Formats: sequence, C-alpha cells, structure tokens
Amino acid sequence: MADKIFRVNMTDLTTSIEDVPADWAGLGGRGLTSTIVAAEVEPTCHPLGHRNKIIIAPGMLSGTVAANSGRISIGAKSPLTGTIKEANAGGTAAQMLAKSGCKALIIEGLPKGDSWYNLHLTADSITINKETELIGKGNFAVIDAVADRLNDKHGVISIGQAGEMKLLSANISIKDPDSNLRSCGRGGLGAVLGSKRIKFISIAPTDAKVDIANQEAFTAANRTFTKALVDNPISQALGQYGTNVLVNIINESGGLPTRNFTSGQFDGHEAISGETMYDTIVEREGKPKHNCHKGCVIQCSQIYNDVNKAYKTSGFEYESIWAMGADCCVDNLDHIAEADHLMDDMGIDSIETSVAMAVAMEAGVLDFGDGAEVCRILKEEVANGTPLGHIIGCGAGNVGRTFGVTRVPVVKNQAIPAYDPRAIKGIGITYCTSTQGADHTMGYTIATNILGVGGSVDPLSKEGQIELSRNLQIATAAIDSTGMCLFIAFAALDDEKCLPALVDMLNARFGINLTADDVTSLGSTILKTEHDFNLAAGFTNKDDRLPEFFSEEPIAPHNVVWDISGEEIDTFWDF
Amino acid sequence: MEVTVKLFAYFRDGRFKEAASTLSDEETTPRNVIESLAIDMDDVGVIMVNNRHAAADYRLHNNDVLAIFPRIGGG
Ligand code: SF4
Repeated sequence: MADKIFRVNMTDLTTSIEDVPADWAGLGGRGLTSTIVAAEVEPTCHPLGHRNKIIIAPGMLSGTVAANSGRISIGAKSPLTGTIKEANAGGTAAQMLAKSGCKALIIEGLPKGDSWYNLHLTADSITINKETELIGKGNFAVIDAVADRLNDKHGVISIGQAGEMKLLSANISIKDPDSNLRSCGRGGLGAVLGSKRIKFISIAPTDAKVDIANQEAFTAANRTFTKALVDNPISQALGQYGTNVLVNIINESGGLPTRNFTSGQFDGHEAISGETMYDTIVEREGKPKHNCHKGCVIQCSQIYNDVNKAYKTSGFEYESIWAMGADCCVDNLDHIAEADHLMDDMGIDSIETSVAMAVAMEAGVLDFGDGAEVCRILKEEVANGTPLGHIIGCGAGNVGRTFGVTRVPVVKNQAIPAYDPRAIKGIGITYCTSTQGADHTMGYTIATNILGVGGSVDPLSKEGQIELSRNLQIATAAIDSTGMCLFIAFAALDDEKCLPALVDMLNARFGINLTADDVTSLGSTILKTEHDFNLAAGFTNKDDRLPEFFSEEPIAPHNVVWDISGEEIDTFWDF
Repeated sequence: MEVTVKLFAYFRDGRFKEAASTLSDEETTPRNVIESLAIDMDDVGVIMVNNRHAAADYRLHNNDVLAIFPRIGGG
C-alpha cells in the first residue's frame, strides 16, 4: 500500500490524506518527525499554542518482519525544554500505522471550546470524534474502553490525567501486545496532545502489508541481522535481567547519582538491582523476559508482580528504578514498582518526575527514602492536579525554582538521568549538546565509558569524550529513524555483520542503494536540522552547559568535578 | 594478600555475591582470580579494581576490591 500523510486540523476539525512529498519519501521515525517539525512549526511558537504540531511516525522498517523494528517516534516542539523533541517507544502502534500506509500523522491547530476528542485511524481514513467518558481517567482505563468499544486488536496512543492537565512532564503512552503500556517518555509531549484536546488515538487492525521492493534480499538480510542480535551476549543478559542490570555496575563505577546528585554510590544498590529484581520476579511468578512489540528478539521488558503475585508493572527500566531508587534514596523495589505503575497510568515521565521528587526532598517537601509518601503524592496530588501536584508534575527545574533549590540536575530544563556526568564524562557531553535537553539515549557513551562496548574511553578523563558523544549521537539519530530499538546498538558495535545487514534491509525495503556512509550522513543531517531549529528558537551555545554545581561539588567516591570547558563543548558542533 | 571479590549477574549462580579471597604471591591478577572461580575469560565484560576499570593482568594489592562483571548492557 502506498504511504500517505494523514493530517488532522483541530482548529476547524477537518482531516485530509495527502501524498508524501518527495523530500520525505526516504525518511521515517525521528528523521521524519524532526524534518516535519522543522518544516512546519515556527521555532518561536508557544509549545502549547495553536502553532505547535505533533507528528507521529513509524520507523522506516516498522511494519516489516525485521527484528526489533517496531518503534514509533513522536515529535513536536517540547513544552518542557522549548527545543525540538522526538521521543520513541515500542508497543503495537508503529507496526499498525505502517501497515495502514500511514507514513506520518500530523496533528495541528487547537480546538475552540472545551470539548475533548479522540481520533480513529484506519487504512484509508481518519476521523475526529467527541470524547466524554474517558476524560479524567488514566491510560489503563483508556485501553480497556477501546477494547470494549471496538476490540482489543486495536492500537492505542493515549494520554492520562497528566497530559490533560498539560503538565510539562506528561508523556504519551502506547499500548503493547499485552494491553500494557510503553511510553514516549521525555519532554512533555503528552501536554502537547492535551493542548490539542485529544485523549487518545485508536488504530484499526488491518491485513495489509508494507511493500517490500526485494523480498528475497530482505529475508536474507533479516536472517543475518536477527542472528547478530540473538547471539550477542549483551542481548542475552538484557533478556534475563532487563536494563536494570546496570544498577550494580554504575554504582561500582561511582557514577550512580544518589540523594539528588550528592554521591556517586547508593548504599541500597543491591536491594534495587537487576539481580534482586530477577530473583523477585521469578519468586513471584512474573516474567523476567517480555517484548514490548512483536518481533523483538532481545526482550528487555518484564512483568513484575506484587507480593500477592498479581501484576504490578512492566517495562520496569533502569532509569526509572535509579531515579525513584538511588536519587530519592528509596531502597524498596515494591515502592518503586508502585510509583512506576502510578506514573504509567497517569501518563507522566518516570525520569523527570522522580528527579523532581528528589529535588522536592532536598527542599524538605518530603523525606529522602520515604517511598510511601512518594506514592501518596503521585496518587493524591499529581494525578488530582493539586497545586503541589502541578509543581512536581512540571519537572525538576520547576520544583527547584519554586522552592529555591540550587542543586537542580537539568540541561535545557530536562532532568539529567541515571549517570553522573562528573564520574562518566562522555555522557556529560551528550547531556550538554543533545538537541533535546539532558537525555542519555541521544548518545549513549556509557557503552564505551563503562561497559567496554565499541572500544573503551576512560570515564574520568577528558580525552576523547566529545568525539565519542558526537559519533554516537549521529549513529543514534540514524537508528532512531529506522524504527529499530536502540538496544540493537550493542550488537551493532560488537558484531561486524549487524549494521551492514540493517543497511541491506533498508535497501531491500525501498529498492534503493544506501551505503553505510549514507546512513551516517542521514544521522548528521537530522542532528543539524534539530540544532538549527533550536538556534532559531533562541537557544545559543551557552545553553549547552551543565548546571554550575557539577563544576563545584566533587562527587564520591572519585571526588571529581565536571571539568570540560564551554569552549571544548562547543567543538561538538564542528562537523 | 587479601582482596574482596564481588561477582555480578549470572556469575553469582553457584558462586557468591561477595567474598574475601586470599591470594598467593604468584597469583596476583584478576585473571588468576577469574580462573580460580572457573569463570570463562571470554564471558567477562568488565573488571574493576577499587571502582576503576582494570585489565585482566593488573597487579592486585592487599585490600583491593575486585569486581567482575559478565558482558552486560542496558540504557
Ligand atoms: S529490547 Fe526492550 S525496548 Fe527494545 S524492542 Fe525489545 S522489549 Fe522493547
């Protein structure tokens, strides 16, 4: 089926289905969302106003049988950072959109009045419908309601209460194959969908298939690619322990931010580690291994049950566990799991919100380590939109400003995640220069700084960090466009057959002749497009900096500070 | 010489999480410790001594803390 652009105008409540402009034909995922945002969104616009647009795009290989290719990208101007934003996630929506011939869904304008709406997308139509029943409800209620009204084969993209209230940390949730949730987590995209008064988007199942120009070549390349993923020992460990296997190694390296970034090690690390989590899951008859979309062969997700062996949460990731755990000093996995579930249901970023909670702890709003109070605040204050709930739900920077805290770990107002930039310097470069505020996934130098993947660069030295971060940010921008889960990168960095097979699949899918260099230049172009948008929005090189406390407060155990100068950081963009 | 040995992920299965280990004068490297634990060197991803990355042939000192990880990743 020929790909189309589906467009929804919420100002006059009209829809259209358009041909794909030639310039966009070779793009997908992040490459496409960022290109469309740059082309159609005024960089200085208010992110929650009528001139912002939200773009939803499956990756270039989504909808095919390529392993791990089911990521969906959502882009807009971020209300949290004011920069361009792309957040991606698994779930079933990317594959369903691609099979429906939807190359991108563009939602623009703002409705007049205070009605809420839902969108329903099929292979040849998109409709806007009034929504009343689900307003004020969480994401799980939305998924249940769509299954009741239509059936459980439908894809769902939705916001919880946080998005309805336009909290700046609100995320967008994607239904997974088990009717649980995956999140396009960072940057407050849920608030943008909420500003357009869209509660959810349902996607009808279809028997259509995506076109493959050269089926034989595609099948052969996918076989090689899948084997590289499955044989990789890191993929295998991800299946067993999930991403949370990182707690102990990052703690051992002295880079696990603890107690609102005042130490690099957490006494309670063992209690919240991947090893403990694995034992707990097995003991409670959950599932250590689970995939967020059909076709994932790594399966880093899991089903975590409560003490009564009932479902509590899934996709229980290292960053969420670090944030609510070490950063807030909560050493109880059940409290963290409860908080994770509450955040999923109300649709709020678990990194931003937990880091905000740690800043609130420093301000004395609640005590470090009080997991029960964290859960109460989430349930009673944030989900209900009390004044304290709004303060916390608008992110770490907002909490810091409100309570006069100066130790606020953010770049471009987005919370710094689970790796301390003083003790792991490459990731500090990524936090500074990422086009989207502090975000580890933009250029995951931890692979090389800590894990010994793709070579090794000493985490405490200034040497080589800028080049490392740049190369990874370029590669990541390309991978984020293919629809591939970023965890293919471990095999890609380790196994020389992996990346060529990925390029072969792109060529076989579209009948083109890309080389590995073309894919790299695609990554560079995406980064530059995003950077140009930010410059036009008013950002300067002075925004590519860490907060000053990182340069002034040494962190244990290495007693190191952030010591890479602004001038050095600025050379990142010399390419 | 006494060192503390810490194991992670599946290296703990049938072994231990953390143990004190006495090394003879001839066996002073992480590789010696790894071999004595019947861990396949090819399965080792990261070695740290006192919170810093170290090579398999690093010379250990009394009271060092040696951490041995299989090949793992996340993000
Ligand atoms: S490895 Fe994890 S995040 Fe990636 S596709 Fe599989 S389950 Fe989803």
